[in-house]
Amino acid sequence: MPTVSVGRDRLFKALGRTYTEEEFDDLCFKFGIELDDVTTEKAILRKEKHLDEEKPSEDEEVIYKIEVPANRYDLLCLEGLAQALRIFEGLDPIPTYSLANIGQESMLKMHVKSETSKIRPYVVCAVLRGVTFDEARYNSFIDLQDRLHQNICRRRTLVAIGTHDLDTIEGPFTYEALPPPEINFIPLKQTKNFRADELMQFYKSDMKLKKFLHIIENSPVFPVIYDRSRTVLSLPPIITGAHSAISLKTKNVFIECTATDLTKANIVLNTMVTMFSVYCERKFEVEPVEVIYDDGKSYISPDLSLYQMMVNLSYIISTIGVSLPAHEVARSLNKMQLHAKHSVLENNETGFTISVPPTRSDILHPIDPQILNQFTDLIKEEIAMAGYTEVLLFILCSYNENFTMLNRKDDKSTAVINGNPRTAEFEVSRTSLMNGILKSIGHNKDHPKPIKIFEVGDVVLLDETKDVGASNRPHLAAVYCGVTSGFELIHGLVDRVMEVTGNPFVSPGDKTGYYILSSNEPEFLPGRQASIIYKGKQVGTFGIVHPQVLDNFGIPDPCSYMEVDIESFL
Amino acid sequence: GKFEPSIYKIGCTQAIKNKWIEMGKSAVSRKVQHVDDRVRDLLVQIQKGEEVSAQDIDALKRRKLISSQIWKGFSVKKGPNYTPKRKKMATDLTREHLQRGDWKEIEFKEYNFLAKGQPTDGGCLHPLLKVKRQIQLIFLQMGFEEMATNNFVESSFWNFDVLFQPQQHPARDSHDTFFLKEPSTTRSLPEDYVERVKQVHESGGYGSRGYGYEWKREEANKNLLRTHTTAVSSRMLYALAQGKFAPKKYYSIDRVFRNEAVDRTHLAEFHQIEGLICDRGLTLGHLIGVLEDFFSRLGMSKLKFKPAYNPYTEPSMEIFSYHEGLQKWVEIGNSGMFRPEMLRPMGLPEDVQVIAWGLSLERPTMILYGIDNIRDLFGHKVDLSLIKRNPICRIGLN
Repeated sequence: MPTVSVGRDRLFKALGRTYTEEEFDDLCFKFGIELDDVTTEKAILRKEKHLDEEKPSEDEEVIYKIEVPANRYDLLCLEGLAQALRIFEGLDPIPTYSLANIGQESMLKMHVKSETSKIRPYVVCAVLRGVTFDEARYNSFIDLQDRLHQNICRRRTLVAIGTHDLDTIEGPFTYEALPPPEINFIPLKQTKNFRADELMQFYKSDMKLKKFLHIIENSPVFPVIYDRSRTVLSLPPIITGAHSAISLKTKNVFIECTATDLTKANIVLNTMVTMFSVYCERKFEVEPVEVIYDDGKSYISPDLSLYQMMVNLSYIISTIGVSLPAHEVARSLNKMQLHAKHSVLENNETGFTISVPPTRSDILHPIDPQILNQFTDLIKEEIAMAGYTEVLLFILCSYNENFTMLNRKDDKSTAVINGNPRTAEFEVSRTSLMNGILKSIGHNKDHPKPIKIFEVGDVVLLDETKDVGASNRPHLAAVYCGVTSGFELIHGLVDRVMEVTGNPFVSPGDKTGYYILSSNEPEFLPGRQASIIYKGKQVGTFGIVHPQVLDNFGIPDPCSYMEVDIESFL
Repeated sequence: GKFEPSIYKIGCTQAIKNKWIEMGKSAVSRKVQHVDDRVRDLLVQIQKGEEVSAQDIDALKRRKLISSQIWKGFSVKKGPNYTPKRKKMATDLTREHLQRGDWKEIEFKEYNFLAKGQPTDGGCLHPLLKVKRQIQLIFLQMGFEEMATNNFVESSFWNFDVLFQPQQHPARDSHDTFFLKEPSTTRSLPEDYVERVKQVHESGGYGSRGYGYEWKREEANKNLLRTHTTAVSSRMLYALAQGKFAPKKYYSIDRVFRNEAVDRTHLAEFHQIEGLICDRGLTLGHLIGVLEDFFSRLGMSKLKFKPAYNPYTEPSMEIFSYHEGLQKWVEIGNSGMFRPEMLRPMGLPEDVQVIAWGLSLERPTMILYGIDNIRDLFGHKVDLSLIKRNPICRIGLN
């Protein structure tokens, strides 16, 4: 578990009172951290230099070494610890972090060149305006970067942080990947110019930096960030440029995080800005930056949105094993920086809407599988109540069944393919529920009409954000097969699903609910099909199954079909 | 005189036959003075209602001179419900009856209770998933937490190596496992942990001798469709070991994949039920105790345990239950204690043990519903009527 060293007196000043060692121990215990060691700055230095221990003199600064949980990146600096403890003690409310209200046109831009995808694809950025540094704050800022690099960044392989004095550089910025000899700059702490390839050699004898060289040294292109005058901001993940180095006088900070893991890059950036925005002129306000890719895709970073989840009171109580009234539970949640609002859940039970702030990246789900499973079960019941019979189909199918027979083309970017199938029926893992459902209809041709069946199950898709390179997504699909196509009935079922998941029907363009747009997918009849757009994203489609597809599956009667990704509703 | 042609025909033929007349060129002449017309006599007799011999009746019938008629007679008398006015029987109670108030007078036509009613129109849930739900409830009632199993794609590292299954083991053969062409290898693994796993395979440690072979990283990198949910259990236990240790009870019920030959009771994919408890000082006694509790909730209280082998558990036990219907002992699952070679490299404290057990979801379901071909239960060949007829699952209800 990581240990954070903080000056005791500075910490007590931030907490607003002094504690005896026992009292502080007790506070840590209640919160869930541990005071591991009490030492002094000089003692640490002596230890590093392998000198003899001396009795600490009175004027030496006392250092507390505090052990924090490995997933609490928000506790890796004094600022974070102090804030968490103050909220825990009820001294401060949970801060609301906000993005500065500047229009997209006024935002600084970071243009990403496509070559970066070869070596370090992602970058996220932010600006802290009107910051006031003193020596302690400055050291804390640098230390946090180091700790994050050590922990979640996995020694800079996943994410690397670069911080710059914004007043020494000028946007728009570019993130590129160039052959090493083409990159030339004065790196931090140096006075002369180096080419990037020379720099690699130079740092082979640097105790601190030599461990990071392997991350890029064998690549034909190195990642590099420039400003508009081609000043090098940094050569990630190795070193930043001397030109834009931060000093005690810096007022405006530009932070960039380059990464091979976008999720972690966001967590790291959020940690940096939430911890230090307390020193901004407009406290807790962060200025956003627009990141623009070559293909036109762009996003605004950082993403400081609150993560919301619904949790049942009885679930919380049964997990703990102690009966607590709702307001007590809410108070406890608030103490841990989880803003809890009382709410009445669907089944009339007491629950909470919990807003997880960007500082609590450790909160993923209130135990993922329980929530997903219960949600799935509830949806299944609603579909069965609408008159549909549940089927359970295979994940494995033939390549043809998954693509050609559905009139779909394989763009080679979705399907997980087996290397050693015994027969064609085990060639791929399904990327949609459609082939199984249609096969089921085909095998029940003589069943009295109309046939109404559904499945809620996982599809498997390639996914670069996962360590194995693929992931499951839960989908719901239903079909109506009868003398008539049942198009409006399937449409009605789509509406019903949205109704029971509490999503309002809105006009096109409105991101607060769902709307339907005409679509043009090959597996459906032209003009009799649509996409379901929920909160601005396409979550599913429905339509009359194309007669060619019906023929491919040996189905003699018209069918209408729908399929949605249900994880989108969680 | 003149005769009707039909009458003339009858009479003429017979008259000639009996030599009563002679057909001349222009006229018919009489041959005999007196005619003994037996046929006429018979016909007159029948007309009078007198009895005639069966022979004669046949002859006359053949000549189509007579035809038999059935004459039914009924004797009618007043019955108990006799009423001068006709009464109509109702088949249903309608709104009109209620409004008019004449429901008080109507009589209902007798309903045939030997026939069945009209089938209901609703939807229903799948039999196998109903059993899954009941078993989930049993785990939850026993205080178990669900593991996140929503990843079919797994690396050989988590599926095999972490579990101390050696790289040359037959189960890692392409005969039994679906290895992937795309994505063929995993993107990342926790490097320091990989080192420790490599060590324990090659040279042992933690009191073990290891397997003494050269452990290859490329083998561990190979992606596959998970062959058991124990791969997920490995990830959960490893995650548990990274923080401050706390005892846990986990379960999962989800799909696994085997590249084996398929037959009546085996498919390439099926559902595995897995339960595990991680705590300090657990023993085989605890395992047996938990198994007895768990299986009794499934309705199986007569259990027997047989020593067995499993690459990642030691000791291992096969679980048998006595089936009253079949009158024999049937294997219902597998269990054991995870090996130190698996637990210690994860970083779990030395006194922490993990007891675990597993069984398939399909097998008990097939036994429960008397289904002998797995394709009748799972997949696209399932008859929809079977799904509709399937009763509620009572597992765990007694």
